[in-house]
Amino acid sequence: MAIPGQKELTHMEEFMEGIWKQNPVFVMVLGMCPVMAVTVSAVNALSMGLATAFVLTCSTLLVSLIRNLVPKEVRIATYIVIIATFVTVTDYLIQAISLTLYDALGAFIQLIVVNCMILGRAEAHASKNPPLRTVISSLGMGLGFTIGLFALGSVREILGAGKLFGVPLFGPDFQPWVVMVLPPGGFFVLGSWLLLFNWLKGRKVEGSLVKTAEGHSHA
Amino acid sequence: MHDISAGQIFVAAVLSNNFVLAMFLGLCPFLGVSGKLSTAAPMGAATTFVMLVASLCAYGLNWLVIHFDLEFLRLISYIVVIASAVQLVEMFLKKYSPALFRALGIFLPLITTNCAVLGVALFQTAREYSFIQSLTFAAGAGTGFTLALVLMAGLRERLNLAKVPNVVQGTALSLMLAGILSLAFMGFAGLGAGE
Repeated sequence: MAIPGQKELTHMEEFMEGIWKQNPVFVMVLGMCPVMAVTVSAVNALSMGLATAFVLTCSTLLVSLIRNLVPKEVRIATYIVIIATFVTVTDYLIQAISLTLYDALGAFIQLIVVNCMILGRAEAHASKNPPLRTVISSLGMGLGFTIGLFALGSVREILGAGKLFGVPLFGPDFQPWVVMVLPPGGFFVLGSWLLLFNWLKGRKVEGSLVKTAEGHSHA
Repeated sequence: MHDISAGQIFVAAVLSNNFVLAMFLGLCPFLGVSGKLSTAAPMGAATTFVMLVASLCAYGLNWLVIHFDLEFLRLISYIVVIASAVQLVEMFLKKYSPALFRALGIFLPLITTNCAVLGVALFQTAREYSFIQSLTFAAGAGTGFTLALVLMAGLRERLNLAKVPNVVQGTALSLMLAGILSLAFMGFAGLGAGE
């Protein structure tokens, strides 16, 4: 979220924000439903991430362009209708490009509408910032989301099917961990990623504490 | 799809195809509001109500968009209807139960962006359910959502008393817990026939 005191970010920092510091999947834990549901394979995860990034960028750009025209009372409704329009576009686009992919993602393409990350960005960032800045930030967020999905999808595919992008990685003796492609696996893998990041962050905080001997902790 | 009995749809939506634990819909409120039992149950009830209204309206709207050959407007009309239904619930709660209204806070308007609600509308359309089937499906989905929310809230209340290492605290632990809960719900697979 854009914090008022931090407006002076350069464009590059704005871009990196979504990829690392405020990664929607690992840090903010937003828009979890598609994250879990479609990440049974790396391909699904990548396409879902890109579709979401596309909708995010287009709709936040439009929101940013009309940010001074929309009355405050109806802004959420306006944002939702804008997002729904771009999702419909994406839906038909994917249907035209690859029917197999469309069937694999199923209703989750249309469910991009209710991805809280997109509405959150529209409300917290795009409604207060000029178009260029918004697009840069959205591209970063979208990329961060895609990376997050990919991290999840590839782990689940490698463990659950022994493949990556459909290419078998291990010998024929590999016994797939079927549970990883089933619903509980989604929870476990995301939980483990979060654990890893928590652990890394904890080490970093400890390290900086030792170095500077100052008690500043990161939120 | 028309030969599935309403009972089967209901059982499938509550247990074997539980919206939260098997289909990953509505995870945001599931992780957000499941801290306390006293807010989890009303939240489930409110969501169930919105689901029923949404399902009812979606059935009518679907007929309309097909009748007038406007399928590309389906998604947009669904989401507008859901947003209005949520607004209705919000006004009702504000008037009759201000305490609950405050307790639910930001998560009440966020029901609009609860994928479970839109999910109900989209799935009933995709599976071509009849009117009665749609309503049963919505009721089952709502019950399943409430069940998952209440179970999770109960677990997390107990968890507050347990000592856990610093690293696992927060969302990571909730996700692991949800994973185990989901594992338990997999035992219901095969009950009913929703697919």
